Amino acid sequence: MNENNRKSLGIRSFVKQKTQALFSEVPLLGWLLGMLIAVVLERFVGEVLAESLGLPKVPMLFGLVTMLKYPLMIPGTILYVLMIFVLPISVVARLTSGATNRVAAKLLDLPLLISVVLHIGLLYAVLYLWSEVSAYRVLTLKLTLIAVILTLSLNVINGYMGEFSCSHPGFMALGAYAASVFTVVLFSNDKLFGHALLPAALGPFMFPIALIIGGIVAAIGALVIAIPSFRTRGDYLAIISLAFMFIVKSLIENLEVVGGPRGLSSQPDLASLPTVFIWTVACIWITNNFVRSTIGKALNAVRDDEVAANAMTVNTRRTKITAFLFAAFWAGIAGGLFAHVLRYVNPSTFGLQKLAEVLAMVYFGGLNSVYGSIVGAVSLSMLGEALRPLEIFKWIIIPLLLILIMIYRPTGLVAFKEFNVGKLVKPKNKPDQRKSDAAA
Amino acid sequence: MPLLSVEKMSHEFGGLRAVNNYSLEIEKGQIRGLIGPNGAGKTTIFNLITGIYKPTEGEIYLEGKKITGLQPNQIASHGLGRTFQNMQLWRHMTVLEHIKMARYSRISYGLIGAFFGTPKRHRQENEIEEMAYSLLKMVGIAHHAGQIILNLPYGDQRRVEIARALATEPKILFLDEPTAGMNPEELIQMMEIVRKVHKKLGLAIFLIEHRLKVVMELCEIIQTLNFGQVIAEGTPEEIQNDPKVIDAYLGKGTVI
Repeated sequence: MNENNRKSLGIRSFVKQKTQALFSEVPLLGWLLGMLIAVVLERFVGEVLAESLGLPKVPMLFGLVTMLKYPLMIPGTILYVLMIFVLPISVVARLTSGATNRVAAKLLDLPLLISVVLHIGLLYAVLYLWSEVSAYRVLTLKLTLIAVILTLSLNVINGYMGEFSCSHPGFMALGAYAASVFTVVLFSNDKLFGHALLPAALGPFMFPIALIIGGIVAAIGALVIAIPSFRTRGDYLAIISLAFMFIVKSLIENLEVVGGPRGLSSQPDLASLPTVFIWTVACIWITNNFVRSTIGKALNAVRDDEVAANAMTVNTRRTKITAFLFAAFWAGIAGGLFAHVLRYVNPSTFGLQKLAEVLAMVYFGGLNSVYGSIVGAVSLSMLGEALRPLEIFKWIIIPLLLILIMIYRPTGLVAFKEFNVGKLVKPKNKPDQRKSDAAA
Repeated sequence: MPLLSVEKMSHEFGGLRAVNNYSLEIEKGQIRGLIGPNGAGKTTIFNLITGIYKPTEGEIYLEGKKITGLQPNQIASHGLGRTFQNMQLWRHMTVLEHIKMARYSRISYGLIGAFFGTPKRHRQENEIEEMAYSLLKMVGIAHHAGQIILNLPYGDQRRVEIARALATEPKILFLDEPTAGMNPEELIQMMEIVRKVHKKLGLAIFLIEHRLKVVMELCEIIQTLNFGQVIAEGTPEEIQNDPKVIDAYLGKGTVI
């Protein structure tokens, strides 16, 4: 960038450039290490620091809730976040960048899988240590991870395939109820289904089966929509899938076997943080594999020009149905996890509001992008929690934000970006250094 | 036995008879042309043979096998590749992805491979990538492989479309106005590509063209279509001098 340009860009971009220059060489490993240090720091000095800054307790979601509730505590909260999170993370990430780059480069000599597993393990450690402080954090984290699964699966239909499906809450409900019935019958003493059939110790082993059953039931539901609506293109799917969502909801409301409108409770406590985390990672991994393969890219071809795709030997009908069932399956898994996190489901959860939430996450984060789904799901779930003190005004601010996004970035924050794990875990040395590394 | 034969094909859009009693025989390695004024039904014939529309009457055979009524993707996998008049490319995909996509029907790693990234998948993806590069080299745009298609100049997009059609391993290639909207220089390059493809791969080619220069130079036999009906068929010289063709293009009784 030349001198003239820099002047015209103004102070803000100058600062942005400087920070970028400062942190451009920090690999993902460095950031994770920084976060690990920060969460460990919070565990040891968090309470003391919060007290000395005049805060009632450790701020739960980076202080946003506290700041909105008690405006007087804004400076203290900001200081707390700076001292516990921002400073340690940036300092550690920057200072260790040399070492972490070397480690990341070493790891790349081994199979990629090892490096990836290490990164994921580190991420899990960070999340675990961060959330362990309170039950509220654990719950928020679990729901956020479930939102990631849900958003990603809807992105397969609405982003990658370019159709507009509204039935995700319906699939989620099917998955939630199917998995719940399975586990409640087997492992809980319940007034609806009687005594437990199996010892509770078997629960964790049978839980994946319960979830997969939930996913399959959702996929069967999807087949019911897919067969009539994929004969043509256009708005039909949107209408039929919306109808399907309401059908599922009223079906469950009228099904006394599963509690009707009162809902179904006493699910065994099986959705622990590691379980939810592993399923989320699995969902991201499988979806990412799928959409990056030529078979998965066929979705994009169908979206961009179906006639051409068909003429280039792509079986468009099978492609669309496969993707739709795939997405429904993951929505079902998300539903199963959701039911076991809250340990209570009722049909009214899976209505229009849920639909609006998921759609917002998809379009906010970005279409046709795994990154986008993660960003959208995490940011909107966090925002939803953080703005809770504003009560009803929350539903003014979030839609406003969405409108702004639609105006300035019509396809979402990080749309059309490939999620390349190999690139993500790479060391981020200077280009010349990397070249010499490659030569050696 | 001809490579492709169409027997007495007709098609109606509502009450309009767009194609009437159309017959065609193409031998291996032949280049054929289809000309006619606007709205004569040329593209409709392409769409009928490639399965996008189903003919109201008549049969189509490829290498003796009946392909009437099959899905476009099935017909394409049988060995009938095509390009489109208005270049139906996939706007968010890269050049390389376009070519790889056309190998869809030959991928055998299945959904398991797609979901879990099996070694078989990596092997096959690498194979089709290599093949895609060689095709891109053949049409002279290998340097654009990683580009999003919309970033390419018009002439290069046309080449991508031809390479994409070739990736389906066709026995016969349908080109729908391959030189539409091109300047004279691009036109000559495109003709060279068509010749090269024809020579190297031994394909039969069936092309629709408006520019007589292209048709006259490339084709062995030309059909002229007007109002959905073949009005003349023969070598370029014969067609050029046929009074019916002149009438169709310029109107009756015109004195040149």
